[in-house]
Amino acid sequence: MKLKAPESVFSSASFCPGCGHGLAGRLIGEVAEELGIEHKLVTVVDVACCSFHIDYWKFDTIMAAHGRDIPTAVGVKHVRPDSAVMAYMGDGAAYAIGMAETIHAALRNDNICVFVINNSVFGMTGGQMAPTSLPGERTATSPKGKDPARYGTMSGLELVKQMDVAYVARGELIGSSGMVRAKTLIRKAFTHQLNGDGFSLVELLSPCPTNLNLPPVKAKAFVHDEMTKYFPLGEFVDKGGNV
Amino acid sequence: MSKIRLEITRCKGCGYCVEECPRGALRFSGHISDKGYDTVMVDESLCVACGSCYRVCPDRVFEILE
Ligand code: SF4
Ligand code: SF4
Ligand code: SF4
Repeated sequence: MKLKAPESVFSSASFCPGCGHGLAGRLIGEVAEELGIEHKLVTVVDVACCSFHIDYWKFDTIMAAHGRDIPTAVGVKHVRPDSAVMAYMGDGAAYAIGMAETIHAALRNDNICVFVINNSVFGMTGGQMAPTSLPGERTATSPKGKDPARYGTMSGLELVKQMDVAYVARGELIGSSGMVRAKTLIRKAFTHQLNGDGFSLVELLSPCPTNLNLPPVKAKAFVHDEMTKYFPLGEFVDKGGNV
Repeated sequence: MSKIRLEITRCKGCGYCVEECPRGALRFSGHISDKGYDTVMVDESLCVACGSCYRVCPDRVFEILE
């Protein structure tokens, strides 16, 4: 099978070795080109690690204030309804500082795609403990491990999936089969938007080897073996589909 | 004809492809790139052009040609 990286994505240079952002960026480029929407796709990225994409893909891209990619994307969609519009951010932006924005866009069923790269820490700021950090996970601000008696662990996806939205799914940017599956989820999210079905959120579990203090292959194993226990993979809402 | 092409200057030595290749066709070369990473090399006689390395590489190193 011939395989060539999408032309709309031309770098991943600044991401750390093994970072899932490079994988997610490439999948979005592949899907955009396969759907033929690469010239009408407007992407909104967050200011954290994902902001590097602004220099790496050829789509029209806006960098929003931290955690405010979703309202920015919603605004773009209102004035350019014929564009495909996506917000791309980490779990810190989507489920911590930007949780209110995430919830209210879902409540309104705004017709955009949201891609959340969940790596269980606040990545760019140095690996601090996040709402998504697992019980016992050692981070820069929980050196003895996250205390589950003191801090909960949650993904905002659990709230969004209870609302009347178009599509909610979780995949992992791990291994060949995980990547094939993740690409399918991304394609379904865009297809729902093109059909006018409303809000889609796809969370992608992703390795951040730098802040997990692990070699990339061990960070990958952490995502696949540990994160999936708390953040199960699957499709949770699929309007008009089989879920 | 070649089955696979590597843009090795992009490689950051993460090792995902080495772990994923079902034929053991990929290994670290010991060649340290300008960026300081131990980069990978392929034994084309073992490669079956399955594309797994392409899929798991975060840095778009691989192109599968057949
Ligand atoms: S700090 Fe983590 S999320 Fe940020 S580029 Fe490095 S590996 Fe990726
Ligand atoms: S295409 Fe498949 S067999 Fe060939 S090097 Fe890549 S993973 Fe290995
Ligand atoms: S997956 Fe890509 S970046 Fe990682 S070692 Fe293999 S070729 Fe290099």
